[in-house]
Parts: sequence; structure tokens; C-alpha cells
Amino acid sequence: MNSDQKRKTKLDLTNEIKPPNVPNSCTPSGIEVPVIVTPDMVDFSNVGDPGQYPFTRGIFESGFRGRLWTIRQYSGFGTAEESNQRYKFLLEQGQTGLSVALDLPTQCGYDPIDPMARAEVGKVGVSLSNLAEVELLFDGIDVGGISTSFTINGTAAISYAMYCAVADNKGVPREKLTGTIQNDILKEYVARGTWIFPVKPSMRLIADTILFSNEHTPKFNAISIAGAHVRDAGCTAIEEMGYTLANGLAYTDELIRRGGDVEKFARRLSFFFYVHMDFFEEICKFRAGRRLWAKLMKERYNVQDPKAQMFRFGVVCGGSSLIGAQPHNNIVRVGTETMAAVLGGAQSIFTCAFDEAFQIPTEHSAEIALRTQQIIAHESGIARTVDPLGGSYYVEWLTDQMESGMAKTIEEIEQYGGVEKAVEDGWLQMKIAKRASERKQASDSGKNVIVGQNYFRRENQSEGVGEIFKLDPKATANVIAKYEHVLDTRNSSEVKKSLAALEAAALDDKKNLIPYLIDCCHAYATVGEMISTLKGKWGEFQEPVRF
Amino acid sequence: MTLLGKRILIAKPGLDGHDVGAKIIALALRDAGADVIYTGLRKSPVYIARVAVDEDVDAVGLSILSGSHKEIVFQTLECLNELDASDIKIFVGGTIPQQDYEGLIAAGVSGVFTAEMTIDDVLLAIDKELTA
Repeated sequence: MNSDQKRKTKLDLTNEIKPPNVPNSCTPSGIEVPVIVTPDMVDFSNVGDPGQYPFTRGIFESGFRGRLWTIRQYSGFGTAEESNQRYKFLLEQGQTGLSVALDLPTQCGYDPIDPMARAEVGKVGVSLSNLAEVELLFDGIDVGGISTSFTINGTAAISYAMYCAVADNKGVPREKLTGTIQNDILKEYVARGTWIFPVKPSMRLIADTILFSNEHTPKFNAISIAGAHVRDAGCTAIEEMGYTLANGLAYTDELIRRGGDVEKFARRLSFFFYVHMDFFEEICKFRAGRRLWAKLMKERYNVQDPKAQMFRFGVVCGGSSLIGAQPHNNIVRVGTETMAAVLGGAQSIFTCAFDEAFQIPTEHSAEIALRTQQIIAHESGIARTVDPLGGSYYVEWLTDQMESGMAKTIEEIEQYGGVEKAVEDGWLQMKIAKRASERKQASDSGKNVIVGQNYFRRENQSEGVGEIFKLDPKATANVIAKYEHVLDTRNSSEVKKSLAALEAAALDDKKNLIPYLIDCCHAYATVGEMISTLKGKWGEFQEPVRF
Repeated sequence: MTLLGKRILIAKPGLDGHDVGAKIIALALRDAGADVIYTGLRKSPVYIARVAVDEDVDAVGLSILSGSHKEIVFQTLECLNELDASDIKIFVGGTIPQQDYEGLIAAGVSGVFTAEMTIDDVLLAIDKELTA
């Protein structure tokens, strides 16, 4: 018996339930798919051309022929120095943009010595409590020549201020800065949980960042409206896009209220999603969302400039679609999802490492994730022509179905009283928790097949992970030592002065807070100090605990 | 199952905001007849131990996905100990690497649950510990 046969026998023996032998006829969003889609079922007049309203086939006339998507791997851990080393490694390997992961204390506005923070310093990302850390993070990296994405929300305005301050210190003009801050607080209340302030002042801070950025860093995306987290929290692809577009509309209304010009700021709104495993549903999610957003911009806000109607988005492939059992299978999942992202017309892609379901990726697993994108970009040929699936009966039909589902999701929220109310009441949170329960039941019961988890299991499922990533145990002590050094050496009267100015501006709705935050950063005020100052004036969000 | 009437506190310690797992378990325990209290996000071990004692719970489920499970679990066990409440069972769920299971159990944790387990298995394990 050769080893292949042996493996087969072993799999069959340990397989407890018989898997279905036909595909599920229903998509995960609940769309019943006919065996055959025929031309009469599709309204082709809705499709249009690439680069033309309503952008079903993509925002660029020449697709990826003009330029490939940005390969952007999320990384950052422990200390700024360690992250700086990994960034340099990734840039040398051909990565074209940086993506900074921050630790939870930085994301929630606590300094590393805070009792709430201590256990989490440097755990899920790098600790950036003050400008000195940001200087170390970008040491030897040309911030004017790369694009940097910060996954930060509750304290996004501060990260943005730090990036401007670091550019100032390096002598790089601010207008040369490119990159993205996530800065999408609405979904934090629903899924990711790094909220700090109540909804209203949070919306102000976001509008301040966008308005300032449009003027001073015109190539920087000051918001990335993200559906990824609500998706991972349990909702379907249709709801992911529906909720995200609803949030996009809420920010648009707030910016208009603050005097922003929609023709101008809408050009720099960008979006961010997960790609999960249902291949065509994911592709059509992007085609439908892109079309619906363009229609909303044109019909609701009378936006004329095509650039301000364009739906630009980045994705992450992986997330909760990756599982801990038989972890190498995740490489195949990420590859499939990456192809869906490309066929859906993503502007930037981040591929998760196969071990990300249970640990911080190692250099080895991170490299495989990066190579996955390069193989798809350069070997598969799928980027060769614009929207190669355009005109397919099934793809256009499913795009139509998804679009009308998304429109219904938006309508439902608006009927409830809008996103802000839905979040303050905990209504949206409860809906998503219910969906998560349903999704879990569908996999527990075997209705949804997840290879290795509920079917095709074997003994020792998590074997073969190989190397295990170890955080330097001295990292926390190192971060705290540097933090204390900054407190000892900075000019404390400058700190006091800048924080007092921030405090006064916080009470004046007409002031834009970003210049005040940049002054605080230059004075080496810490994230904790800036956030406490604002909390003193604005209070904290009271989480509606409903389930 | 005898979860009927059992009092269980589901808690989110630390700064991690991923509460899906916590809520799924809370809903499932409630459906199984338990009295469930959910703390909401960002609670300190001291707070969680205090609520557990005040609410006279049979068990506490800690949900942690940020990799800080060891520190947080040890602190919570210590706080319960200080309040003379080490009879309250502690369960941990979230992103917990397999190599950490042993240490957590040795420290006094009654069960470690990950996303791959079915809800039924989680409920059975809790039930078994609470009736033992």
C-alpha cells in the first residue's frame, strides 16, 4: 500500500458523518440559485462599461492592466523596533504598501503602564503610545515614498496626527503622505469594540480627520469604511455590504452637516471588506456594492464627478473563514478568496497567513501569504483583462440579487431610525449576535460543510503547524522603559500647554481638533493623556449590553 | 442536562473587543435554561471576580482573543481566591493555542473552549463540571 492510499483509508475511517454529495443550492446570504441561469433572467442594461457609471465592471477603464492591486500585508507586533525590522523585510520582498497593526492599549487609548493595558502591551500589534515610538517604527523608511495603512479607529485621529508629525520631523511635506487610517467608529460599536467616546463626539472627530486630511494630505484616505468586522462577527455578505454602505451614508451626512463638499470628500472615501469562501457570492458582493454606492451618490446627493461616485475598496482574505483544524488547508482557502477579490476588482488585498486562526503569523507563514498574491497576480493570468466575468449570465444575475438585498438592508436600518440610533440602542449588535448563533448552528449541524471541522476530520488535526511564533517576553518591559524615558525627558510645560489647548478646542464644535492633536504629538504627549483629556469633556460610550 | 437554574457569568476581560463567541455562548446557555449575566466589554479581573461573588454564580466564562489569556486568567483566579470564591468554576474560550491548555488547567481552569468545538460539546462540558 502506498502512502496515498493509507491516507485515504485513514480519512474515511475517522469521518463520522457522511458529507452531502451535491452542492448546497442556497448561497450563505440565503439566495436560492437556479440550476441554470438563462439570458432572459438578467437585465444587461444595468451593467455598463468598466470605468463608467454605475461601475459594475470596475472603476478603471483598463482594470489591472493599468496597475495591479496593492499587496498589503497586515503586520506589527511587540515593539516598534521589531515591527520596523519586519516592515523592512516585507518591503525588500516586494510588498508595495505597509499595514500597521496596533496593540489594544494604543487602540483603546491607554498608556502601557495603565492597569487596564499591561497584559495587552504589544500583543496584537505594535505599541505606539507617543511620537518617539512612531519615529522608531518608521526609522529608515521613506514615509513620503510608501503608502501606510493603520488599522485604528477609536484613536485614529491621534495615529493620523502622529504620522503627520513624523513626516514633519523627517522633513517630508505632509501633502506627499499616502495611506489609510480605518477611522470607522460606527462598526466598532457593533463588532470590533475599540470605541471610546459616545457616538456624537466620535462622529465629530472622524469628520475633523477627513476634512483636515482632504486639505493637508490630499492623497491620504482618512477613512476606510469597514464591513469586514461585522462580517466576521456573523452577518452575511449582503448584510456586510448593506451595513457598510449605510455607515458610509451616515458619514456622508455628517460631513455635509460640517460643511464638507461631497464632490470633494467623496473622492477619498474608501471601503474595506472580508472575503470569505463562497466564490461567486463574494465576487458579486463587490460588483453589486460598487454599483449601489455609485447610484446612492448620484441619486441621493446629486454627485456629478465620477471620481466622487467611485467605490474604492481593499479586502482581507481569511479571517473567520480560516480554521485551526488541518491548518495548511487555509492556504487553499486564502488562494480561492484572493481570486474572488481580484475578480471583484479590489484595489488592495491583504492575505491572512494560514496559522492566523490561532496565532500571530511566523515569518514563514507570512511569506506564503504574500507569495499567494504574487502567484495569482503574475502566474494565473486572471488580471489580464478587465472584469473577465462581466456578462456571465450567472454573475450578472447574482449581482442583481445581491444589490437588491443590500438596498433592503439599508432601508431596514433607515426605517429603524438610522445607524447612530441602531448602535446606541444595541439593536444592530443584537441582530448580529443572532446571526452569529445561526452561523455556528449551521456548521455544528453539518448544514454548512467546513472541511476538517465538521467533515473530513482526522486524528491530530492541528499537527503540522511547524514553527510557533514567540513574542519576545521582554517586549513589554522594553516598551514601558521607553515610555518612562519619554516622560522623563520631554518638556512638560509644552505637554501641559498642548493638552490644555486640546481641552479647550474639544468644547468648541466649530474647531477642527487635528492641528491640536498634532501639537500634542510634537510635544510627546501620550495617547493616554490625549484620550483622557477628551474623555474629561466628552464622557465615554455606555455599551448597551443586550443579547 | 442540568444547566437549568445554574447561574453563569460570561465576561470579556481586558481590551479585546471580539464578543461574538461570548454572545453565542451566552445565548446558548440561556436557551439551555441557565441564568446568564454578560458583563460587556473591557472588564478588569477585579471587577469580574467581584460581580461573580455578588451575583453568586456557579461559573464564570472568560472570553479572550487577544493572546493575553494567561495573564488575565491567572489574575482572575487570584482575585476569586482573595474573595474566598475559588469554588466558582472558571472556563476560558477564544483564541487559545493548544500548548497553553495544560498550563491553564493546571492553574485551576475547568475547561478551555475554542471556535472549532460545537456548542453542544461546550454545553456538555460545562454541565459535566458543574454537576461533578
